[in-house]
Amino acid sequence: MSVKDTSPTLEVRNLQTHFFTKAGDAKAVDGVSFSVGKGEIMGLVGESGSGKSVTGFSIIGLVDPPGNVVGGEVLYNGKNLVGLPDEQMRQLRGNRIAMIFQDPMMTLNPVLRVDTQMVETILAHDPSVSKQDALARSRDALGRVGIPAPDERLRSYPHQFSGGMRQRVAIAIALLNKPDLIIADEPTTALDVTIQGQILYEAQKLCRETGTSMIWITHDLAVVAGLADSICVMYGGRVVEQGLINDVLDHPVHPYTRGLLGSVPGANSRGTRLYQIPGMAPSLLNLPQGCAFQARCPRADEACLVEPQITEPIAGRGVRCCHPHLNAEEEIGA
Amino acid sequence: MTVFIIRRLMQSAIVVFVMSFLVFGGVNIVGDPVEMMVSDEADQEERERVIKSMGLDKPWYIQYGKFVTNALQGDLGNSFVYGEPALQIIVQRMPATFELAFVSLLMSIIIGIPFGVWAGLFPERFSSKLIMSGSIVGFSLPTFWVGLMMIMVFAVMLGWLPSTGRGDTVIVFGMELSFFTPDGLSHIFLPALNLALFNTSLVIRLTRAGVREAIHMDYIKFARAKGLSYRRVIMVHLMKNIMIPVVTVLGLEFGGLIAFSVVTETVFAWPGMGKLIIESIQNLDRPIIVAYLMIIVLVFVVINLVVDILYSILDPRVRLQDVSS
Ligand SMILES: Nc1ncnc2c1ncn2[C@@H]1O[C@H](COP(=O)(O)OP(=O)(O)O)[C@@H](O)[C@H]1O
Ligand code: SF4
Ligand SMILES: [Mg+2]
Repeated sequence: MSVKDTSPTLEVRNLQTHFFTKAGDAKAVDGVSFSVGKGEIMGLVGESGSGKSVTGFSIIGLVDPPGNVVGGEVLYNGKNLVGLPDEQMRQLRGNRIAMIFQDPMMTLNPVLRVDTQMVETILAHDPSVSKQDALARSRDALGRVGIPAPDERLRSYPHQFSGGMRQRVAIAIALLNKPDLIIADEPTTALDVTIQGQILYEAQKLCRETGTSMIWITHDLAVVAGLADSICVMYGGRVVEQGLINDVLDHPVHPYTRGLLGSVPGANSRGTRLYQIPGMAPSLLNLPQGCAFQARCPRADEACLVEPQITEPIAGRGVRCCHPHLNAEEEIGA
Repeated sequence: MTVFIIRRLMQSAIVVFVMSFLVFGGVNIVGDPVEMMVSDEADQEERERVIKSMGLDKPWYIQYGKFVTNALQGDLGNSFVYGEPALQIIVQRMPATFELAFVSLLMSIIIGIPFGVWAGLFPERFSSKLIMSGSIVGFSLPTFWVGLMMIMVFAVMLGWLPSTGRGDTVIVFGMELSFFTPDGLSHIFLPALNLALFNTSLVIRLTRAGVREAIHMDYIKFARAKGLSYRRVIMVHLMKNIMIPVVTVLGLEFGGLIAFSVVTETVFAWPGMGKLIIESIQNLDRPIIVAYLMIIVLVFVVINLVVDILYSILDPRVRLQDVSS
């Protein structure tokens, strides 16, 4: 394993995670590839049900039956995590790769004190740490995410915190063992806008300071616009467009990305109605033949009945579309 | 918390008062104790003497007033049969019943929780389905019949365990207990198991339902995402949440165990309060019946209070406070 600085912290290759349900097999993640460099923040964007969370769970090995990772590789510092023995995977989880969830009201155990939930995270990975040291580290972590009076707060129960504070606690827990990668699954979706802004700002700062890489999952393009370095747009379990954040936002070439961007406030001129992508996200159980987006796509034609492959029409950009918008002057949302 | 407890104590006092009224009234409606006490050949004069001595010639409210005044001084009357204070006779029998109920509760926890957790974690396995069918059987079979079968199999056919009595006892904290002698343990095993049947089934089902619900909660997934061992996720994160309903229900069931030990005590000739009350009902020994019922009411009231306090300790989200009425 080379220790070159340029090698990505995480590289996902052709990941396939399927759910084998009674109603049929859902290809929740179907051939997803991306990489996240050291200290890089990648936004993973898509509508609800597009497979973002499942991608995150696949990376840390927490896909539960009826789901299963059926193909592909998850390379962490060059080492494949797919099929890694349970115990080795456990040692990585919460230690080298941490994850935070969407609903801060539900992620902390309601009947355990915050200090218990923090200290155990340290001891699970290094039993030789003394209780005092673990507590001191926990207190520092709370302080770092902006929780006032961390000493007292350690002895509180989750219900004594507000939603925003709970999410900070969850982030502090994720940071405890100084992981190389944090997967943040819509951590600000359930919070109101001002608190969302503060948490985004602090998360970004912490990543920059510690060199931690991050995958920030969201359905909201506006969230990743100011946060991420790169972006990966998912639709129906597949990546439809990926590239550097500014490139993609300035000039989205996939019709779906353009639709998403058109529905962000501020992208249109004031007073005009926000653009809405027509139709609904398709069910994974009966995806159309060919491109999954065709029923909602203004450019769809017969060519789209054949599954498009990822191409690189512009340098550094991946796009899965037969008719990408390569002319930069086209109006967004059209 | 203090306000809560004081308020609850006052409510309890009202409950006890109302119950005393009902119990007294109820017992006075059924049967005529004079028939039991006086021989058939006795003449009218003899009958009236007995009625007078028992205070049965006075109007009911005088009788009730006297009953309450005496009861407040710890005097629930003398047993017609034994001639001793009713309360004393019952208190003597209490340790046997409490011990039986306690051991049976312990059994339902020790058996019920692991089975329930297993069935909750692996609902698709054959073993789990077996456990759940077993719990249905445990719910539906009548206690006395299972008790008789246990005696048939383990005492009569196999001869492994004794079927009647308490065996050797030792005095612990002033109470005679079977639990601490090998012989006593062998005596308490079958009746306690018999009494535990229903609650074990209940614990299995409650625990399984709790596991099924909690296992999909984000906090369990988050605990796993932190890299905790499977053991810690289950034993600490899952169990602590499941124990809340289980402890609450079991606490409330404890009163039921004491009340329902009547059947088990009769089948296994266990010399507790239950056996006493059955005999006293047959003999229309009013003071014993009244005293027994009053004690059961007190036990229920105390248990409810303890369960509420326990609940607030287990679940930090619950604070005991007085609810504005
Ligand atoms: N436990 C499950 N059982 C069956 N299907 C599931 C399960 N979890 C996820 N899926 C499937 O995976 C798809 C993607 O889910 P998810 O990754 O949670 O979407 P999102 O992008 O909103 O995070 C869902 O639409 C569903 O079809
Ligand atoms: S492949 Fe066709 S249907 Fe799919 S996004 Fe591109 S143009 Fe639209
Ligand atoms: Mg999701």
